[in-house]
Amino acid sequence: MTIAEWLENALKDADRRNLPALAPLLQGLAKSTIALRAADWNLNLSSELPETPSTHVG
Amino acid sequence: MSGDPPGIGAPRPHRGEGGTVAELARSLQARSATSQEVTERCLAQIGERDPSINAFITVLADDAREQARAADRDIAAGRYRGPLHGVPISLKDLIDLRGMPTTAASRVRRGHVAAHDAVVSARLRAAGAVFVGKTNLHEFALGTTNEDSAYGPVHHPLDPTRSPGGSSGGSAAAILADMCYASIGSDTGGSIRIPSAACGLVGLKPAFGEIPLDGVVPLSTTFDHVGPLCRSVEDAAILYQTLAGVSNPAPLKARDLNGLRLGVPRGYLFAVLDPEIAARFDEACDRLTTAGAILDEVAIPHAADAPTIYVHVALPEAAACHAKTLESHPEDYTANVRLRLEMARYILGEDYVRAMRGRDVLISEVNAALHRRDGVLLPTLPVPAVKLGAATVSVGATEEPVRAVTLRLTQPFNITGHPAITMPCGRTHDGLPAGAQLVGMDTLALLSVASAIEKVLQPL
Repeated sequence: MTIAEWLENALKDADRRNLPALAPLLQGLAKSTIALRAADWNLNLSSELPETPSTHVG
Repeated sequence: MSGDPPGIGAPRPHRGEGGTVAELARSLQARSATSQEVTERCLAQIGERDPSINAFITVLADDAREQARAADRDIAAGRYRGPLHGVPISLKDLIDLRGMPTTAASRVRRGHVAAHDAVVSARLRAAGAVFVGKTNLHEFALGTTNEDSAYGPVHHPLDPTRSPGGSSGGSAAAILADMCYASIGSDTGGSIRIPSAACGLVGLKPAFGEIPLDGVVPLSTTFDHVGPLCRSVEDAAILYQTLAGVSNPAPLKARDLNGLRLGVPRGYLFAVLDPEIAARFDEACDRLTTAGAILDEVAIPHAADAPTIYVHVALPEAAACHAKTLESHPEDYTANVRLRLEMARYILGEDYVRAMRGRDVLISEVNAALHRRDGVLLPTLPVPAVKLGAATVSVGATEEPVRAVTLRLTQPFNITGHPAITMPCGRTHDGLPAGAQLVGMDTLALLSVASAIEKVLQPL
């Protein structure tokens, strides 16, 4: 899910739940999530193919 | 406010009758003071000053008197238990004390009575501490100003228009106003260190996992810590060892400052600092260098990512703790705390995982900064105590959000779990305290280094 899609859904849900005051907080959170996903340690996570883990559990 | 000149080594802004735990312990052991006398003095201070400060949610006058009588009786009979025996202290009201309510400053917990002591309460009780009361906090510890409390805001003892910091603001205010000798708080993003710095006290966040959290209302299981607020590093060592389960705390030996290696993480962590806080810190560095310490600059390259890592870990964990009560009686939360918890419920699991990876990166970087150094030194709180009701605070020429600026220098070390301590570091022209924060690898080693630094920064 893109952050834009996530934010749109979250704002609609907050409205449905009668929590309009959440809107500015969710918009601020979206900016923070954009920064998180852009962080350099996430480069592997955002590649097209999933990483092959070096160990498997289970 | 005092007309004394500001700066490092200036007289303490307020000390009143209260000395340190260690000083009192020596008097009690020598029987030149009694626990009943000092407990009565603390209770009188509460009666006189707390109506305007609002540091306490519950005052335990009768129980405290009984504990003090028992302490005096035991000490007189030769059954001295150690440096907390007979010493009046308080607990942040999210720590269970058997038979008493644990409110977490919230209407959500109306009717709660603790069936058992928290592990830390039991250890303090076994050490002979006298519990004078349970202190006010930011509701569920989710904030840094103490304004959002079902019991009303805490007022700074030096200026009632200001916050003492939070979330353990009642604890800090109670010590500063001589209502107790020390207090036990919790620290998820800085909640021990922020109010300690704002009130000119010592506040210790031990290393993650050292102090049991059983019986402490949780906020974030990855970032929660319990630790002491007090008047000296020596007191912090006594309380830390007791909380950690050491039955006979060892005396603290200060390190030699000569040759001590300290890293200063300039860059992001110094980019938003009130000019007077920056000036006090620079004076501290000059004093340390003159005393023989070796200061150099260190890098924590991902420090700027700390706020986003923090939000994506701490808040979903808090939302998980509160999911049931958010559904069953949301109206019992204060408005701001409820909204932050509701916001947290929208954070995706995949972003929590990304943030936990970022946490690993930050841990590695702080470990690297501490390699071959005795500590990392930085200011604790970028600004002096903030005005109650303010959403933003002026920092130099810019306005910064209060929450972000107050957490900025402390939350990185909740993320990494390294032990961190704040010490008084002079004060501003308005008489408001500044704090210096020392971060280390090992809590006892950190305390030894802090003890040496404390002597240089603020001679007692």
